[in-house]
Amino acid sequence: MSSVPVTPGRRRRGKLRGETITLSHGAGGKAMHDLIEDLFVSIFDNRELDLLEDQARFDLTSMTTRGDRLAMTTDSYVVDPLFFPGGDIGKLAVTGTVNDLAVSGAVPLWLTCGMIIEEGLAIEELRRVAASMKQAADEAGVRIVTGDTKVVHKGAADKLFINTAGVGVIPAGIEINARRARPGDRIIINGHIGDHGAAIVDARGELAIENSIETDCQPLNSLVETMLAVCPDSHCMRDATRGGLATVLNEFATDSRVALRIDEKALPLRDEVRGICEILGLDPLYLANEGKLVAIVPDECTEAVLAAMQTHPAGTDSRIIGEVTASPAETVLMSTLFGGERIVDLLVGEQLPRIC
Amino acid sequence: MKFVDEFRDNGKAQSLKREIHALAERIGCSPDKPLLLMEFCGGHTHAIFRYGIEQMLPKSIEMVHGPGCPVCVLPMGRVDDCVTLAERPEVIFATFGDAMRVPGSRKSLLQAKAEGADIRMVYSPLDALTLARKNPDREVIFFGLGFETTMPSTALTVLQAEKEGIRNFSLFCNHITTVPTVKAILDSPDMRIDGFLAPGHVSMVIGARPFDFVARDYDRPIVITGFEPLDILQSIWMLLKQFAEGRSEVENQYARIVPPDGNRAALEAISKVFEIREFFEWRGLGSIDHSGVRIRKAYADYDAERKFAVPNLKIADPKSCQCGEVIKGVIKPWECKIFGTACTPETPMGALMVSSEGACAAYFSYGSVSIDELVAKREAGS
Repeated sequence: MSSVPVTPGRRRRGKLRGETITLSHGAGGKAMHDLIEDLFVSIFDNRELDLLEDQARFDLTSMTTRGDRLAMTTDSYVVDPLFFPGGDIGKLAVTGTVNDLAVSGAVPLWLTCGMIIEEGLAIEELRRVAASMKQAADEAGVRIVTGDTKVVHKGAADKLFINTAGVGVIPAGIEINARRARPGDRIIINGHIGDHGAAIVDARGELAIENSIETDCQPLNSLVETMLAVCPDSHCMRDATRGGLATVLNEFATDSRVALRIDEKALPLRDEVRGICEILGLDPLYLANEGKLVAIVPDECTEAVLAAMQTHPAGTDSRIIGEVTASPAETVLMSTLFGGERIVDLLVGEQLPRIC
Repeated sequence: MKFVDEFRDNGKAQSLKREIHALAERIGCSPDKPLLLMEFCGGHTHAIFRYGIEQMLPKSIEMVHGPGCPVCVLPMGRVDDCVTLAERPEVIFATFGDAMRVPGSRKSLLQAKAEGADIRMVYSPLDALTLARKNPDREVIFFGLGFETTMPSTALTVLQAEKEGIRNFSLFCNHITTVPTVKAILDSPDMRIDGFLAPGHVSMVIGARPFDFVARDYDRPIVITGFEPLDILQSIWMLLKQFAEGRSEVENQYARIVPPDGNRAALEAISKVFEIREFFEWRGLGSIDHSGVRIRKAYADYDAERKFAVPNLKIADPKSCQCGEVIKGVIKPWECKIFGTACTPETPMGALMVSSEGACAAYFSYGSVSIDELVAKREAGS
């Protein structure tokens, strides 16, 4: 048997060819290697990924100097359309997972990236998504260190689904959880509600309403760091994504067994978002956000936290929107603009436009 | 926001509130013998809860939340018919969003969609016609429902389909009419309503005159009402003025939208396409004479009931439901045996728990006059 000459040194980088993703890009052969190397590895560009091992490896000692607990989270992103005003599925997949880590007080460090691609997706679109993920990761100061790619038959997925998982380190002394809201605490939000939900409704193009609403998709880890610097004893924090502000408030009220009282007057809401809600009969309290966090902080910290948030680019429009009282326990109440008061409950099912 | 904020002004609301309290005292109604005012329309019910209007009223005035939520009053048999139509392989079934969750005896449209039926949510019947143009090899059925408010747009869509010669579009007509229903409530033996807020958008189409009989024949004051919270407060104030001055008249608070004779073009489209049914079945109220419309023979090609075999089975409301009594003001939503226990917005048994415009769902979700009482009830149920 004649021996094949082997070139020593690093393997040659693959080159992705063609215009669309086909099943062969997920088949484990050359096409898949080309996709991974020419698209993901070259765009995400970091030393853990460059090694092309089956797993990323970390040095423990570097972590123990930053905190005393790890935080870990995962989320899947299936947004339709893939690109929408102000963002895309890639930006969402990074910031969403970064924010889930950040609101525990953790410093987000590493992300994974699992892609499920429907055959026929334009390679150019996938490139745009990956570039957007890289940009969002750089902005948040995290690295995408390992990943997976699957290609499925037409119709078995909708264009592109992304799963990201993230790991971060929680600094010693930080204890944020949904069970810590106490009577007297104050409720703060870092800006306008409902922008993402309204932008998506509009981007689906079913309504032919002209407007300029953009998603609020942004990483929150640096904002959280700023907040914790002035108030390490922040009690609760969560990003108000699916289900909107109302859902997060209900989670806090239930888990802490307290009443949360918010003031409709104080809610930051853009006129354009309000307009879409008025036309369609949607309630902005339930619209999704992708760059908004709700924090419950002790009364004595409130002014300092608010001032710190307002000097941060992700929190310029921060406001105090309400307070915590003892009863009626496990209930969210809102004083309406009109002068009445009503319960803000969890949404049942999907928010559907009303007939008339 | 222009044309919105003016109608939600807290200062004006507070002064109306004071006058309403003063008038209620002058009339002499009391919490033991309250004045019962019915808002017929689900849109009003929704606004009353969303803005917390009941809490601004004295305990001597009680709002009774009427049957004017088209989604709520859709009987189970009709939902079953929708599901049967939607499950036909050649059919694209187009519907307004909030009809998706209404339970049938087997399943809701939402469940049918999950199981593979091609059901599309649309915002206008014209969107359904667009679907028909884009899918010439499929049959598009539009689920038409609602009172006179939505009837003109459905009628015009049928006329448009005929004009363009679109053959793969039809309408499953479940439109219902307001006046016979108000009359049925007034004729009911346990009727206790003292005055009515009439539906503003229905009146925009049919005008104010069709409500004359309420004042003339039944001696009940009635005020045509807009949908902003100040509209509703002002209309309640107008009703109380009528009581205080011993009048029973039809008054039009929503004059900025409602002309006395309605909208002629809309009425013409309605009568061209639709004719009155002998009776129509309502969830919670049973069969009411002349309370629905169907498509005229001239447009039979666009009538899904004629084009496809619709089983049209009558399915009785669950026995434990007291929706009818709630609608007529005999009991309050939370006094129903199954409110918040067997019947919740998640698993609605009765009509009024189905849509956010239904009185029970609104109480359950928004709370109202007595938030404490409601919380206690919910805690007992959970």
